[in-house]
Amino acid sequence: MLSFTPTDEQQMLVDAIAKFALADVRPHAHSADEQNAFPPEIIQKGWELGILPASIPEAYGGFGEHSAVTNVLAAEALAWGDLALALAVMLPAIVATPIYLSGTEEQKRHILPQIATAAKLPYFSAALLEPGISFDANAPRTTAAREDGHYLISGEKCYVPFAPEAQMLLVYARDSQSGRVDGYLIERGAEGLSIGQREKLMGIRALPTYRVQLNNVRVAASHKLGGEAGTRYQRILSHSRTALAALAVGVARAAYEYARDYAKTRVQFGVPIAQKQSIAFMLAEMAIEVDAARLMTWEAAWQLDSDPEGDHTAESYLAKEYAAKAALFVTDCAVQILGGHGYIREHPVERWLRDARGFAAFEGLAVV
Amino acid sequence: MAISFQIPERVLQEREMLKSVAESLMRPESRYLDEHEHERPHAFIKAMWPILRDQQAKALQRLASGEEKPKREGAGITYVRLVILAEQLSWGDAGQYLCMPSPLLAGSAIEAIGTTEQKLRFLKRFAEGEPKWGAMAMTEPGAGSDTSAIQTTATFDPETNEWVLNGEKIFCTNGKLALEESDGIVVVWATVDRSAGRAGMKPFVVEAGTKGVKIGKVEIKHGIRASDTASIVLDNARIPAENLLGSPEVAQRESTAGFKGAMATFDASRPMVAASAIGVGRAALEFLKEKLAEHGVQIPYGAPYHSLSAVQRDVIEMEAQLKAAWLLTLRSASMLDHGLHNSLEASMAKVKAGKVVTQVTQKAVELLGTMGYSREWLVEKWMRDGKINDIYEGTGQINLLIVARRILGYTSRELQ
Repeated sequence: MLSFTPTDEQQMLVDAIAKFALADVRPHAHSADEQNAFPPEIIQKGWELGILPASIPEAYGGFGEHSAVTNVLAAEALAWGDLALALAVMLPAIVATPIYLSGTEEQKRHILPQIATAAKLPYFSAALLEPGISFDANAPRTTAAREDGHYLISGEKCYVPFAPEAQMLLVYARDSQSGRVDGYLIERGAEGLSIGQREKLMGIRALPTYRVQLNNVRVAASHKLGGEAGTRYQRILSHSRTALAALAVGVARAAYEYARDYAKTRVQFGVPIAQKQSIAFMLAEMAIEVDAARLMTWEAAWQLDSDPEGDHTAESYLAKEYAAKAALFVTDCAVQILGGHGYIREHPVERWLRDARGFAAFEGLAVV
Repeated sequence: MAISFQIPERVLQEREMLKSVAESLMRPESRYLDEHEHERPHAFIKAMWPILRDQQAKALQRLASGEEKPKREGAGITYVRLVILAEQLSWGDAGQYLCMPSPLLAGSAIEAIGTTEQKLRFLKRFAEGEPKWGAMAMTEPGAGSDTSAIQTTATFDPETNEWVLNGEKIFCTNGKLALEESDGIVVVWATVDRSAGRAGMKPFVVEAGTKGVKIGKVEIKHGIRASDTASIVLDNARIPAENLLGSPEVAQRESTAGFKGAMATFDASRPMVAASAIGVGRAALEFLKEKLAEHGVQIPYGAPYHSLSAVQRDVIEMEAQLKAAWLLTLRSASMLDHGLHNSLEASMAKVKAGKVVTQVTQKAVELLGTMGYSREWLVEKWMRDGKINDIYEGTGQINLLIVARRILGYTSRELQ
């Protein structure tokens, strides 16, 4: 039966995240952007909300079950607080969820409990994106060459969050013979793996991301995600696109609400500017786009949950495309509504506009 | 509850059935009816009447026995089912869909405002005999979006216990079908006090055959030409007191229950209009994709932006926009089924769907070049048909104003 109401349990989680986002994240968001880092204790507090362990079954050390719908609800609420913080708190999921979705039983039993039971946020990171003006997730330039029971991985990755801290990197590479794309689990300090400079980005400045070079990094065949059968890569991409859509909705909603509240208190010509149709209509369009993007996201997540074996490339892709555009539109409108005040860093809307623009480039930075 | 986009199997089956109606009965007549405005889609009417008649009969039986909704439907899927069916039939042909022999907007008004006794009395005719139509008459030459400016008057005559209606209504969908071509009904909105604004507005059920009721002009339109759009002239039209729709409270001079009823009618009708818009948009998009595929153009999902042609980008954008509008529509209908207040969401869906169908159909004509513009194909007709959804049941602008007032918490005085 069609319904647009989260379960009570989901609502409790969303409420807890919303409270954290308002009380702990928002007060630090501005300085985190200026200083290129969130206070570690805030990230840790986010980890302690237990979103990821609640999404991992007991058999693998968690205390719940995986639900993309629950995770998109959580992602929106986190990103409403701050996108960089959301990506930091959700960091371990970019390894844990692909392992859950696509790993061998041994990989799940070995790695998932390390993540699910960690008291401190465990640094597990992933590397998908590559530098350049156009990235094709289905044809990365990083290659994996099979050689006597091992793989040699070579290439350059970018936007790898917390790379220096990561005890394990999930690196996606194209098989040099078959052309198929798989994930490879690479331990910290592997020979040939070098972490480059921290990147300087337009937005998500509080999230430390790095270039990563791989020069014939040797990976045991058993460390290929999914083992001999290989990685269910399209499935992971669909879960990633859906995650990014949810995060984009969170950023968009933050900007919409801020601009709405501002417009109701900013008085010009003797009345709040919200009482002018030119502003009120922008806000109405923003509200519609936020809701539409959220519904696209929920629908994609629901498809992922209700038909896990199906191909959901189209739904997740459309959701991500839609939400990314909606976020850019809404954050831009928010800056416009605040006018000169929107352009200065005193108000968060310009930061949200910088964050929102990133979704055009982001892929694989979050997985639900 | 849990978030779910699951459409019941039974509704999906019904949609399949209507798809074959659309393909075999509506589409073949589309061009002819577009070029012969004021002729009727007889094949479609004949096919739909027995189905709608029997459904109406069952619904009235349930109502009479005090059982609101069939138990197997759970919390009720009435409106979700209706928007899905409206979408599918409009995919067939939006003009013909509007000629569905049913209470249509009169039904929405009666459902929203009428007493149980009135529902049974006025809807009975839709459950028996020959095909009939219902209509709603709100718009007047001087009152479009500003419905509270209506000038049609209703005066009570205590001697005969009748209401006397005077005025002119325009743009009444199915007005002629309801009053001249069948034993139908029209819900006419009139004011009992012109100076009272909203409080004066009351809904009256005018039955076919009422003296002093005449069909005036029948419009010649840009699109949905298979649909009947008529003006109604009320010249001392006398109707029984009990045809004033709603509880006794509605009749009171100072009560705004009538106006609120009109708004409640829109809460139910706007998701239907949005659904119809999306049906037309989907017809155009599917046709476009078919033609592009014949020319070797496929739509790759997940491909990098740089590898897409401008046409592929357009199609992806059209698909995403249409889907977003559809989900907003499903939500607004589902809320009604869950008994939730949906004014905001209904207007959101209406704004979005009206805009999207306009853009999608215009783009489809463009991308199909000289053939898109040709009347050999139906795409140009769908572009003309689709546009009405951005206009009737409240233009995109008036619905945007409603959304704005609701999200900002402003009254109609604070945000004009």
